[in-house]
Amino acid sequence: MTSSMSMGQPVGASGTAGRGRFEAPAASVTPMVQLVDPSGVRVDDPDFAPIAPPDQTAALLRDMALIRRFDTEATALQRKGQLGLWAPLLGQEAIQVGVHSVLGGTDHVFPSHREHGVGMLMGLPIERMFGIFKGCEMGDWDAEALRFHHYSMVIGAHTLHAVGYAMGMAADARREDARRTDGQRPSSEPGVSVVFHGDGAISEGDVNEAYIFAAAYQAPTVFICVNNQWAISEPVERQSRVPLYQRAWGFGIPGIRVDGNDVLAVQAVTSWALDRARTGQGPTLIEAFTYRMGAHTTSDDPTKYRSADESEGWQHRDPIARTSAWLRSVGEWDDAQQAQLDQDTEAFGAEVRAAVDRVPDPSLGQVFDRVYAGTTDLLERERAEALGRVAR
Amino acid sequence: MSQTATAVSSSTLTLAKALNAGLRAAMEADDRVLMYGEDIGPLGGVFRVTEGLQARFGADRVLDSPLAESGLVGTAIGMAMRGYRPVVELQFDGFVFPGFDQITQQLAKLRSRSHGRVGLPVVVRFPYGGGIGSIENHSESIEAYFTHTPGLTVVSPSNPHDAYWMIQQAVASPDPVIFLEPKRRYHEKGTVRLDAPGRDLHEAAVVRPGAEVTLLAWGPMVRTCLDAATVAADEGRSVEVVDVRSLSPLDMTTILESVGRTSRAIVVHEAAGSYGPGAELAARITEELFYVIESPVLRVTGYDTPYPPSRLEAEWLPGVDRILAAVDRSLGY
Ligand SMILES: Cc1ncc(C[n+]2csc(CCOP(=O)(O)OP(=O)(O)O)c2C)c(N)n1
Repeated sequence: MTSSMSMGQPVGASGTAGRGRFEAPAASVTPMVQLVDPSGVRVDDPDFAPIAPPDQTAALLRDMALIRRFDTEATALQRKGQLGLWAPLLGQEAIQVGVHSVLGGTDHVFPSHREHGVGMLMGLPIERMFGIFKGCEMGDWDAEALRFHHYSMVIGAHTLHAVGYAMGMAADARREDARRTDGQRPSSEPGVSVVFHGDGAISEGDVNEAYIFAAAYQAPTVFICVNNQWAISEPVERQSRVPLYQRAWGFGIPGIRVDGNDVLAVQAVTSWALDRARTGQGPTLIEAFTYRMGAHTTSDDPTKYRSADESEGWQHRDPIARTSAWLRSVGEWDDAQQAQLDQDTEAFGAEVRAAVDRVPDPSLGQVFDRVYAGTTDLLERERAEALGRVAR
Repeated sequence: MSQTATAVSSSTLTLAKALNAGLRAAMEADDRVLMYGEDIGPLGGVFRVTEGLQARFGADRVLDSPLAESGLVGTAIGMAMRGYRPVVELQFDGFVFPGFDQITQQLAKLRSRSHGRVGLPVVVRFPYGGGIGSIENHSESIEAYFTHTPGLTVVSPSNPHDAYWMIQQAVASPDPVIFLEPKRRYHEKGTVRLDAPGRDLHEAAVVRPGAEVTLLAWGPMVRTCLDAATVAADEGRSVEVVDVRSLSPLDMTTILESVGRTSRAIVVHEAAGSYGPGAELAARITEELFYVIESPVLRVTGYDTPYPPSRLEAEWLPGVDRILAAVDRSLGY
């Protein structure tokens, strides 16, 4: 039982005469792509194999360790009052690193509100991320240059933007093709939009409409549904009676569940979905099956709604421990490398703590800038009044 | 709560606890009253306003919902058509908009569309306004969208006593009520008189009498106006504060009486000024009291910008200093 999750009896087998054929038997068994099991043993999947040789997997381990450190430092900074709020990613490192590791140079990421690690790996300075949670900015980084879109606090709204963006990418590629007279393929790879959303988000109207548009226009979009089992206090069963990836099927989109704590599996499945999108085969929904180890945010109290047993049950599926165990077993990781990594994450921790002090304080005048492309008389009057008052 | 309610006539509660007690009383009084929303069950809502209600009334009457605001309001409409009285919690002001069509185009219109046959006794409650140091979409003051929609009742309590009674009156209302909870005041304590509401849901209240100028406010800004009036008193100014309480319908009788007495009015609200509720109040006062008022009706409001990052909100939101400056300006005419 390493590569599939039982969902219990097929609904049709319950004895209700004649109903079985109308209810999806597929809901009975939920295969999950897994390449390394929780104890670090390589397992085979009928459809997927690791896409990178073991010696390249050490880099993934390192990235996971770094973003975990980023996250634990951020949580501690919130506790010390240096951040107003933090949404921890603890336990979800393999998804963020696995997806990031296969992105092409023209792909564009649309994060939800917890993809801090993806942002960091894409080059977003940590202090910019902290700016949001310190209350100093809205996350107004150069999303186009980073290929990492602004955060979305309204759950699911950004999934539509990702689909529209992909439609635009595809339209660009078609126009470029039409312009070419030499019969050659364009030199640059067509881009894909990769959008992260949660298991809670799957209930929002916007997300369902995003699936519909993506399917209707065969948009080059990869949906990464991070199923961390909880939407604040709501368990995933409150959102869906079928495994989340199977939702996709009703929209005419392929859906697949991957072990979100297995970085090799996430990498392989994402790479496949990106390839589909790039070659004109349309969108894919990947359900990355994982667990939110910590609180929803630092203002949440998970003891009110879930058991310690449940959380502890996930400890042994840890993505970092699993990857290092496997790497050790194939001779690609040893104590010396681990000691070096520990030293590096320690140093990185200090960098993260220093970053929070680098967040620039905002000034009231900025609020009146960029409300429109130009400004308005009213805004200028309000700015003058506000600044006159603050200066007094 | 109900046991103690008969025993004691008053209690000191925070605004959040008063809402909780009010909801509990409403559910006890009428078993058709249901609550639903995101995280309102075991967690008790992100502000714990519904704490303990699911334990008391069961998961059939206090329902944790999928993460879908349009679904919440839309199904509440259907439940109300079947005779239930749903009280829907939307989690934050900025997350109301996925349910906006259901609120403004469906919920608000069914009585009129059905020629009075279908009333919808639905309460849509949500925490609103700024001042708690939160991130984007968690601090919006969006009352104008709803007050502009005929068919909706829009109210906001400013203190625990009103919170306790107004939520019960809202639940008892035959029409849909948008119930705006001033989140920055959730933890402020006050005396709740448990024996009598004091006033109807749609009455405004003079919460501090004064002679020279009337401040009109609701929800979170009432406390700020009271603070400003206290400072003004130290400076020898007599400022009256009216808690508007109900934005739609407006109690113009109380408001005009107050402004008629003081002959000056200033509207204070957190929402952006342009096309905000202050414009409505200023226009009505000017129409009715043109020959009485001695200065133009002034507005102290949020600026016409998106809500700022929280480090700036103390300067961005109307505060005591801006209100006092407006008092000076008004008296200077
Ligand atoms: C439209 C909307 N409704 C409610 C919220 C409040 N909220 C913030 S995060 C969250 C839960 C999201 O759960 P999920 O989509 O599973 O993502 P996760 O936080 O678990 O990563 C809720 C209800 C919101 N941000 N936006």
